[in-house]
Parts: sequence; C-alpha cells; structure tokens
Amino acid sequence: MTLSVSHVIFVVLSATALVGALGVVLSRNLFRAALFLVLSFVGVAGLYILLEVEILAMIQLLIYVGAIAILIIFVIMVSRQLMSPQYRAWNQQRPGGAVVAVVLFAVLAFVLLSVTWPTAEAAVPQDAIARLGRALVAPDQFVLPFEVASVLLLVALVGAVVIAREK
Amino acid sequence: MQVPLSWYLIVAAALFCIGLYGVLSRRNAIAILMGVELMLNAVNVNLLAFWRYGEVARGTLAGQVFAIIVITVAAAEAAVGLALVIAVYRARRTVDVEEVELMKL
Amino acid sequence: MTEFFFNLTWLIPLFPLAAFALIVLWTNRNRLLSTWVAWIGIGLAWILGWTLFFLSGREAHSLTPPGGGHPVPLFSIPTGTTLLRLGFQVDTLTGLMLFMVPFVCLMIFIYSKGYMNYGREDVDPRYSRFFAYISLFACGMLGLVVSDNFVTLLIFWEVMGLCSYLLIGFWFDKSYKDPKRITPKQAGLKAFLTTRIGDALMLAGMLLLYSQTGTLTFREIFREETLHTLATSYAWGQVPWATLCAILIFGGAVGKSAQFPLHVWLPDAMEGPTPVSALIHAATMVSAGVYLVARTFPLFVAVEGGTQLAVVAFIGAFTAFLASTIAVAQNDIKRVLAYSTISQLGYMIAALGLGAYVAAVFHLITHAFFKALLFLGSGSVIHGVEHGHHHTHHHPSEGEGHGDEREFDANDMMNMGGLLRRMPTTGWTFIIGALALTGIFPWAGFWSKDEILADAWRVFTHGGEFGVSMGWGFFVWLLLTAAALLTAFYTGRQIFLTFAGRPRTEAAAHAPESVPSMTWPLVILAAFATVLGLFGTPWANRFYALIGHQAEVMGREIAHGEFNPTVAGISTLVALSGWLIAWLIYGRKPLLVPVDPLEKALGPLYRWLKNKWYFDELYMALIIRPAIALARACYTFDDKIVIDPIVDAVGRFGRWLSEWLKKAVDNPVVDGAVNGVGQVTAWLGEFMRATQTGQVQNYLLVAAVTVLLLLAMFLIRTWGTWSVWLAFLTG
Repeated sequence: MTLSVSHVIFVVLSATALVGALGVVLSRNLFRAALFLVLSFVGVAGLYILLEVEILAMIQLLIYVGAIAILIIFVIMVSRQLMSPQYRAWNQQRPGGAVVAVVLFAVLAFVLLSVTWPTAEAAVPQDAIARLGRALVAPDQFVLPFEVASVLLLVALVGAVVIAREK
Repeated sequence: MQVPLSWYLIVAAALFCIGLYGVLSRRNAIAILMGVELMLNAVNVNLLAFWRYGEVARGTLAGQVFAIIVITVAAAEAAVGLALVIAVYRARRTVDVEEVELMKL
Repeated sequence: MTEFFFNLTWLIPLFPLAAFALIVLWTNRNRLLSTWVAWIGIGLAWILGWTLFFLSGREAHSLTPPGGGHPVPLFSIPTGTTLLRLGFQVDTLTGLMLFMVPFVCLMIFIYSKGYMNYGREDVDPRYSRFFAYISLFACGMLGLVVSDNFVTLLIFWEVMGLCSYLLIGFWFDKSYKDPKRITPKQAGLKAFLTTRIGDALMLAGMLLLYSQTGTLTFREIFREETLHTLATSYAWGQVPWATLCAILIFGGAVGKSAQFPLHVWLPDAMEGPTPVSALIHAATMVSAGVYLVARTFPLFVAVEGGTQLAVVAFIGAFTAFLASTIAVAQNDIKRVLAYSTISQLGYMIAALGLGAYVAAVFHLITHAFFKALLFLGSGSVIHGVEHGHHHTHHHPSEGEGHGDEREFDANDMMNMGGLLRRMPTTGWTFIIGALALTGIFPWAGFWSKDEILADAWRVFTHGGEFGVSMGWGFFVWLLLTAAALLTAFYTGRQIFLTFAGRPRTEAAAHAPESVPSMTWPLVILAAFATVLGLFGTPWANRFYALIGHQAEVMGREIAHGEFNPTVAGISTLVALSGWLIAWLIYGRKPLLVPVDPLEKALGPLYRWLKNKWYFDELYMALIIRPAIALARACYTFDDKIVIDPIVDAVGRFGRWLSEWLKKAVDNPVVDGAVNGVGQVTAWLGEFMRATQTGQVQNYLLVAAVTVLLLLAMFLIRTWGTWSVWLAFLTG
C-alpha cells in the first residue's frame, strides 16, 4: 500500500477527532471538556468530507458544533459546580470502565481487522445532495423516518421546555 | 478510496470506546452526555464509511439518511437530557449523578 | 347315675362362690336377701356334698385314696413340654370331708344371722359383707377338699388364708384402751403372716416335688413307682427327696393348723366374730392342715422309718401338751377353746405321725362337730352377756368386748356365772360339747380320742407300720394322755365358771337366751356330737371301711384299731379325774368373786401359763424386732444412702446434660442453623442489594461487561482455538 495524501489527511483528521475525544473524557475541567468536544466534532466533520459526504459534514458542524456543543456550554455555565471543594470528576467505576473500554476496543479491533470487508469501488454521483433531498421525502424511500424524526424533534422541543421550565 | 475501510472502522471503534469510558466513569451528568455524543458520532462515522465503501455502488442513500436521522435523534436527546440536568440542578443543587440515587433500594 | 353326680363335683365350690359374687355385686344393701343367698349357696353345696359322700361311701372299694377317686378333669395348662392337668376328684377321703364341711358351714351360716343381730337395731353395719366373706371361705374349703392336684389345692388354700385375714379383722375399726390387747386388725395380720411362713415352706415342698416328678396331680405323684423313686433318690447327703418334700409340705400344715411353733396366731384370731372362730378356727380351715397331711400321706410313708414321721409326731404331741397347759390359765372363754383347738389338732397330727391315718381323720371329723358346737355356744353366751350388759347400762353395741368407759369384756368368764339357768339351751348343748371334747363315753370324742391313744400304745408295744419306732409311740401316748387330763380340767373349769353358781356381774344376771337362729344349730350339732362317735367304734369302724384301705394299695396294712380296754380305761380315768379336780376347785363352791384360786395355788407357774409360755414375747424379740430393724436398715441404706442419692444424681445429671446439650448443641447447631439461615439470607440480600445501587452508570457497566462476555463467547466459538488468538496477537 502506497502512502498517499489521503492517508495523511486521514491520520490528521482522525487524530483530531480522537484527541478531542480523549480530552472530553479525561478533562477535569468541564468547560475544557466541552471545548475538546467541539474539536472532536470538527475532526469528525473533516472525516465526513474525506468520505465525500460534504452535506453531512455541514450538517455535523451546524447541528453538533453550532447547536449541541453551544447548548452544552450554556448548561455548564448554568450549573456551575466547578468551584466547590468536594468536586470530584470521576466515580468509583473509573478503573472498571477503563478496562471495559480497552477490552471492547481490542475485541472490536480484532474483529474488524480479521474480516475482509467486501468493498465496492464506486464514485459518488454528482447530484448526491439532490438525491438526498429526494430520498428524504420520497414516499417509496425514507419519508416515514423523516416525518417521524420531525415529530421527535417537536416532542423533544416541547419536552425540553417543559422540563427545564421554572416552576 | 485509498484509505482502507478498516481504518475508518477502527477510528469509529476507538471513538466509541472512549465515549463509553466517559459514560461509565464521569460523575458529572453533562460529562456523561458528552460521552454519549461521542458514541453517537462514532456510530455516524461507521454508517457513512459503510455507505461510501459499499452502498454507493448500489445507488441508494440509506447510509446518509440513517446518519441524518442519528444526528436528529442526538440533538433531541441532548436537548431533553440537558433540560433534565437543569431540572435536577434546580431541585437538588447538584449535577453529580452519584448523588441522584433515588432508584436505590 | 353316680357318674352324673361325680361330674358335678366342680359345682360344690362354685355354689358358695356364686353366693359371694352375688352378695358383693348385688344384694349388699338388702340384708335379708344376702342372708338367703348365702344360705342357698352353702345349702346347695351341702346337698351335693352329702350326695357325693353317700355315693362315694357306696363305692368305697374303688375310690380309696390314693389311687382311687373319681377324677373330674377341669382343664390343662400347657407348661413347656408337659401338661399341667387340673381337676377335681372325689375319693372316700374327700367324701368324708364333704360330709363334714358343708354341713357344719351351713349350721354356722344359720347361726350367723342371729349373731350379727339381724332385725335388731344394733345389727352389724357390715352384715352383708360378713356373709359374702364366709361364702367365699366356704368356697375355698370345699375347693380344697375336692382338688386332685397341688395347684388348685394351693389356690384354695390361699383363698382360705385371705378369708381368714378378712374375717379375723372383720371389726377392723375396733380398738382397745389397753395397748397390750391385740386389735382385730393386728390379729388378722398376725394370722396371715404366721401362716405365710408355713405356706412358704409348703410351696417350696411343692416345687421340689414338681421338679422331681414333673407333675402335680396327686394320682400321678402317689403312684408306687414315683414314690419309690422319691424315696430312693437323695436330695443331698442322706436325705431322700420324699422326706424333704414331706417335711416342707408339713410346714404348711404347721402354719395352717396352728401347731408349734406357728401356733401363736390362733388365740389372737379370737378377735374375730364367733361364727368365724367356729367356722375357720375350729371346724374347717385349721383342719385343712390335717387334711393336707392325710392327703399326702403316701409321701410321708414312702421312706421307711423316715424322719418325716418323727417330726410330725413330735410336733403334734408337743403342741397338744403345750396348748392344754396354756388353756388352764385363760379367762377368755374363746381363748380357752382356741387353745383347746390347737391341742386337739395336735392329737390329729400326732396320730398321723404315728401312721394312725384312720384315727386322725376320725378325730378330725368328730372334733369339727363338737368344737363348732362349743364355739357357737360360747358365742351365744357372749351374746347373752353383752345384751345383758346393755340392758343394764343402755349402751349401744357394736360387737364383742367393745371399748366403753370401763371396757366391759363380755368374753371374760370371770364376768359370767350361773348362766345355765338363764340360757338353758346354750348351757346344755355346751355341756354336751364339753363331754364330747373331754372324751367321756359314749360321746364322740371318747371314740376318736381313744382310738388315737390306742394306736399310740400299740405303736409303743408292737412297733408301728411305716417304720415308726416304739419310742415315739410312748412319747406320743404319754403327752396325749397328759393333755387329756388337762383338757378335762380346763373344760370343766370353763363349764363351772360360766354356767354354775350365781352370776358374778349384772350383765350375766340379765343375759337372755339367744334367738332360735342361734340355738337350733347348737341343738343339731349337739346331736351329731353325741351319735357321730358310734360310726367309728372299734367293732364297726365305718371310717376304716372308707379310708383304711389306702394302705392296702401301698402294699401294707394300717392296723385296725382294736379295742384296748387298758388304754380306754386309763383315758377315761384321766378324763374323769380332770373333771373332778375342776369340780373341786370351781364347781363345789362356785366362785363368787372373779378371782381364780389357781392363781394363788400355782403362783409363778400360773403367770407362765397365762402368758402362753411367753412365746409371743420370744418371737417378738427374736424375730419381729430384728426383722423390723433390718427393714429399717434396708430402708435407710436403700432409700437414704443408695436410692435417693442415685435418683438425685440421675436428676442432676439429667439437668446438667440438658443444659450442656443446650449450650453445645441446641444453641450453636439448632439456633445456629436457624439464625444462620436468617443471616445467610440477610447477607445474600445485602449482597444482592448491592446490585441495586440506584446508579445508572453501574448498570451500564454491568451491561457493558455482559456484552463483552457475550462477544467473547461468540468469538471463541466462531474463531475456535487459542491459536487463532495467538496468531492474531503476534501478527
């Protein structure tokens, strides 16, 4: 296998994502963790672009970074507990959790590497975005999940408002 | 497509496991939510990688659609989850999940 | 026809037994009914008894003991390899007894109605019980004489012993102010215990006999071969089995017939009602001992010249003499008769000891009649004196010699006198009885006593059959003749003190004659006492005809008692002398004051006689006190030293054990188990509860681990071996 640019880009993007992830779970400071989360999201978005699904990279950045991460930051600020002296970041399962994560990763890696994945060489069509739009609303394709997802968002919206409301 | 599919999958797996570690080990509810988001991201990476390396040939877009749906769900879940965190914080003055153990026998 | 009646033998003891049961269970409250039930019971036995007597008399030659006897088998008890055959038999000896026993009993039963004050306000409160007891007793005696084996003999023997105890102690609540006077309760016990000693010896004899012969039926034991074996096989040393058994069985006779040394109970048995004294202690029970020896006579003569006969003769003769001496100094009218009985029984026993079988049985029969007569007469006298006493003192009575403020003793002859005029029937019948007893011609006692004396003299001069030595003959003759003298004396004394002269007390002065139910039996018995002797005259001895052939069966002959004028003359002379002396002292100038001139005359000898040769005191010191002391020592040892400590120790041990068990087993094991279950459950619960932390992350971790495990399972299955893993790991 010859090393090409895409490999390098992949590694960089992956590293970004993974480092960000590690930062999320290992930072004591919650705010920093949130920022690392943003970094991880960005890295993942980059991977999406490498996968030639630019639309999703956009969605990722918009939604995840723009909405979710911001929301998280806001909530962190609302519920500040960082300055309390008894602040503890990790619970008793820390070693257990680490073991489980590592072992799981080992197993998954083993499986993934052992299998020869049947891949198909094909190019992404030019009108991929149009196709995506059509797929979302076409009755014989994915209109139902789409509509349900909308309802879900509505419900989540209402629900979140109700839950977080001041009594 | 020079990057082998397995690399993507390995990254996704790693991301997933890191997120799992965060979910299992952190005390702060928000930190746990962040771990969940990481896991969902990993899932998306998996989905899109498989779409790119297999489904594209067939012409369907299931992978992408699925990924979009996942993002939608993640957003909804994040919203509700954070709303809960706020509600709990208002009631209990804490976001430490260890202190919210009302389901204990 | 004879067969038919003989087969009904078992009914004879059954009739009075049924009467006993009926009175006890049903007619107890009704006195008249109880009386009639008892009378019918004994009456039926009498009728059947006389029938069998006459029938047996007719067939005498085939029914002489020991081999004869019409057997009436009852039932057999299996004992190991052999059978114990029990049954009844009627031979001539039994027939004779059946002549005497039920008739005399009937007379006494009739007499008892009046004696127990039936119909008067002072009727005995336990009236019915009395008739029940005497019925039971009659059953015992009748059963005894018809038994054909030792077992039923023993059973009825013991029944009589029981009834004797019950009847002597009939007035068991009577007590005296004088502590030296024996109470009826004590007297009953004394009788029972003393005869028990004899019974124990008898039982030993029976058991040894059984062990040697394997049977207890008379017929089988008295077979010639059996007797021969017994005579020639030796128990130990030089003593043959026959001798040993005979002496032991004689022990029972010594007890029951109140011979020396077991004679002490009979005088005290006079505490019982007079009919009891007449029935049991004159006519029937005490003669059971004599009957026993007569029945087992073959055993006694199995060994030629054996010691057993010598023992019998000695005891009989000595007792006869001993008792007659004591009677001389007694003031209680019944006690005189009691010692007289002992003495006369001694005559019979002595006769048996000399081999004078027929004479002994003859005297047995005649004695029963006139002694019963004498006792009943004395009862009538006592009754009269008592009623006279109450007449003059208006005291309610309960029986003889009860304790009032001055303890008037109605039995004491010193309180009597002149009663012939007041109670003529009683008096004259009593005199007839006395004439019979003292052996005055032609009354019954003359013939039977004389026959014994004649037989004794013959043994002395010619030697006896069965190897009895001449010396014994003389010894017996001498003592019995001396006893005859004394008998006549004390009997005369008794007559003169009671009936002659003037009443010495108010009570005697007002004594009425007794009711007919009491006087008629006296008359009837007096008639028998007069004529019975004529059946045993030496020239026409019916008794010999009946039972004398026994010896023939054994290859020997019991000599006819020929009439010996010398002996007869001596005995008559002796009797008359006794009467004369009595008349001289008591009759010529009847006593006006209750002081016995003999007392002054004999001095210390009088005291020795009055106190019965101090036998009671001797026994008390030698036997009773040591026995009581031994009992007390055993009690102390057993109970206080051994048993109590053991029991306490067991108790303490038990408690200690239970406490230890509680600590060692119950608490740790049982409680431990029970608590343990609880604790384990609690621990399990705590353990399990740990899984419910309420922390979602814990649940997640568990889920994650589970997923890993499942994955591992899948992988291992899919990828097989460790080598694959290794290969992967090493690249």
